[in-house]
Amino acid sequence: MSAHDEHAHDSHGHDDLGIHATFKGYMTGFVLAVILTVIAFWLVMGHVFDKSSTAAVFILGLAAVQIVVHMIYFLHMNTKSEGGWNMLALVFTIVLVVITLSGSIWIMFHLNNNMMPVLDPSNLP
Amino acid sequence: MSAHPDLAKLIFGRLTLDSLPLHEPIVVITFIGVAIGALAVLGAITYFKLWGYLWREWFTSIDHKKIGIMYMVLGFVMLLRGFADAIMMRAQQAVAFNGSTGYLPPEHYDQIFTAHGVIMIFFVAMPMVTGLMNFVMPLQIGARDVAFPFLNNFSFWMTVAGAMLVMASLFIGEFARTGWLAYPPLSDIASSPDAGVDYYIWALQIAGVGTLLSGINLLVTIVKMRAPGMTMMKMPVFTWTALCTNVLIVAAFPVLTAVLAMLALDRYVGTNFFTTELGGNAMMYVNLIWIWGHPEVYILVLPVFGIYSEVTATFSRKPLFGYASMVYATVVITVLSYLVWLHHFFTMGSGASVNSFFGITTMIISIPTGAKIFNWLFTMYRGRVVFDLPMMWTVAFMITFVIGGMTGVLLAVPPADFSLHNSLFLIAHFHNVIIGGVLFGLFAGIYYWFPKAFGFRLDPFWGKCAFWFWVTGFYFAFMPLYVLGLMGVTRRLNHFSDPSLQIWFQIAAFGAFLILLGIISMLIQIGVSILRREQLRDVTGDPWDGRTLEWSTSSPPPPYNFAFTPRVHDHDAWWMMKKHQYQRPIGGFLPIHMPLNTSTGIILGGLSFVFGFAMIWYMWLVAALSFAALLIVAIAHTFNYHRDYYLPAEEVSRVEALRTELLARHV
Repeated sequence: MSAHDEHAHDSHGHDDLGIHATFKGYMTGFVLAVILTVIAFWLVMGHVFDKSSTAAVFILGLAAVQIVVHMIYFLHMNTKSEGGWNMLALVFTIVLVVITLSGSIWIMFHLNNNMMPVLDPSNLP
Repeated sequence: MSAHPDLAKLIFGRLTLDSLPLHEPIVVITFIGVAIGALAVLGAITYFKLWGYLWREWFTSIDHKKIGIMYMVLGFVMLLRGFADAIMMRAQQAVAFNGSTGYLPPEHYDQIFTAHGVIMIFFVAMPMVTGLMNFVMPLQIGARDVAFPFLNNFSFWMTVAGAMLVMASLFIGEFARTGWLAYPPLSDIASSPDAGVDYYIWALQIAGVGTLLSGINLLVTIVKMRAPGMTMMKMPVFTWTALCTNVLIVAAFPVLTAVLAMLALDRYVGTNFFTTELGGNAMMYVNLIWIWGHPEVYILVLPVFGIYSEVTATFSRKPLFGYASMVYATVVITVLSYLVWLHHFFTMGSGASVNSFFGITTMIISIPTGAKIFNWLFTMYRGRVVFDLPMMWTVAFMITFVIGGMTGVLLAVPPADFSLHNSLFLIAHFHNVIIGGVLFGLFAGIYYWFPKAFGFRLDPFWGKCAFWFWVTGFYFAFMPLYVLGLMGVTRRLNHFSDPSLQIWFQIAAFGAFLILLGIISMLIQIGVSILRREQLRDVTGDPWDGRTLEWSTSSPPPPYNFAFTPRVHDHDAWWMMKKHQYQRPIGGFLPIHMPLNTSTGIILGGLSFVFGFAMIWYMWLVAALSFAALLIVAIAHTFNYHRDYYLPAEEVSRVEALRTELLARHV
């Protein structure tokens, strides 16, 4: 606390290089978020795709864009905010999430193939 | 009670008098012993009128140094409990031969090995590592406290609440009988309907909140509060390892929270995440818990690598060899620790492609670790090595840890793992790295920083007794387990039929007895050191001729740590200051902005304990009330604006003048 007040400005001050919290910024973010949500809603309710798996992939893509919108307009993150620490933390997080998700899917796919009992013999190749 | 069964059920849930283990004589005797001991301690505190002092100066303190010390006390007390479990298991396995089933019935024995693992990892190693980081790191970076002092106190009391739940399971109900990671389907409600697994879940969830918050706190402290001039590559190595450890905590602990939450949902509301019904898959639990579990290993060992780096440099009177390579090795280990988790379940059947990938990544991790070992050796090479206690533990670590590391690489070979998996070879391996790595390092750190914390050194004679008992005891206790593991003996067995194995278990039990002598020596050492504190007094604040900033302040440091925030120009900031004839400022002090103590942390911790206990026993009314109380107290605390004060300049001048006088008397 006290130490922070004193020398935060020496080493890491002037963090506020990120997008300032303005009404325009929040409105842009809000409108974009609403549009992205409405598209996802329409994809499901309008039965736009024949296969539900295609719709799921599209919605996951929209969710990823949504995350970026939130980070830029609501969390005011960019490559330089907080002296680059935000960007570093983001890259690290993405690396870990990708490792965890892809690793788990890879592992569970193999486990499922090798270890799960075959309940219906007619499914055997 | 019988008149209003519904009312009793509403209040007490499934907790009845039958839940008390009155039929188990061992537990009853233990309870009587613990109760007498606890009454004696509480009576002594009351008799010496220490309650007010403890409450004001410790329990409600938000000083990072005091919280760090309280973490160490918690870790040491829980070490005694975890070791009691260990020596009971060793005694059981040494005698349960030739038709004898030993003195521990299987259902009790299973609780003991589960409790031993849970306590040693979560409530001994984690609090001690967190405690050392809490105490040392802000001093090393020239800060006056951590970034969020209240959060620090709150984190500590959450950890205590978790530890208390595990202790409560000893006397009320039972603990899990599932092994320390509680794999389903054994931990499912169908296989473990009693309260044991629920104790496990809630103890870890509550302590996990504390660990995660403390991780965020220390991370922000390192990133934001370093003294001016201390760039990242000028940070002491211990601070670097603390940074990487806290990154791992923040990234890994949410996975544990999520997986335990899913297990809790399976048990409480009948979801099917890890059952075999409705698409559930117990193998997913194993996968997820090791995504947390492997980084956890590095959460424990990285800060300890930092301790060895500080100790080796200080006691070799040389700067650390290969500072940059040490930092890079630490960062590489941080990332690689996320790429190896499958090696904990090679035998589950992922097949050759997956197993070989994870086998190779596991072997790759030994490269940065090996680089660290060489850096320490080269630091000692041609140094003037002083064999004080911290250095002795460091040398013992280097020898022991290399053995443990090599058996680890053996286990990383998937075909070998198929015959060694879940054998005593594995048990020997991970005790070899956790005792020989983490625990030896914690002892090195405790001996190294004890004079900084309390102003006097620990007695070297009893310290050496403890050292030799521990180290020889470790080898006696675990080398036989390697042999037994290679002969195919599996873990968690209650009794044996092959009499030729008995001699190895007896040797291992002898080793555990030596370790007991080591622990007793440590307790004697603390007592003797307190009695002899005047002879062991450290007046300079720098008893080991140290190199980093914590040694520039007094022992124990004043509440504000540094009267003036130091300026850093190079590695080993204090060593450079000493070389350039640094003059301590003796005037011109300014008022210092300080945080105020608060009792909110201990209240929240206590309420969390009640909430966890109520959830375990299905006391829904109590659970709802305590959860509501938790929220109310937490929200009410945000309206407390009376959180800080200014320590007047006169008070700073008075404290600093006392130190000037002390230094002048002992030139």
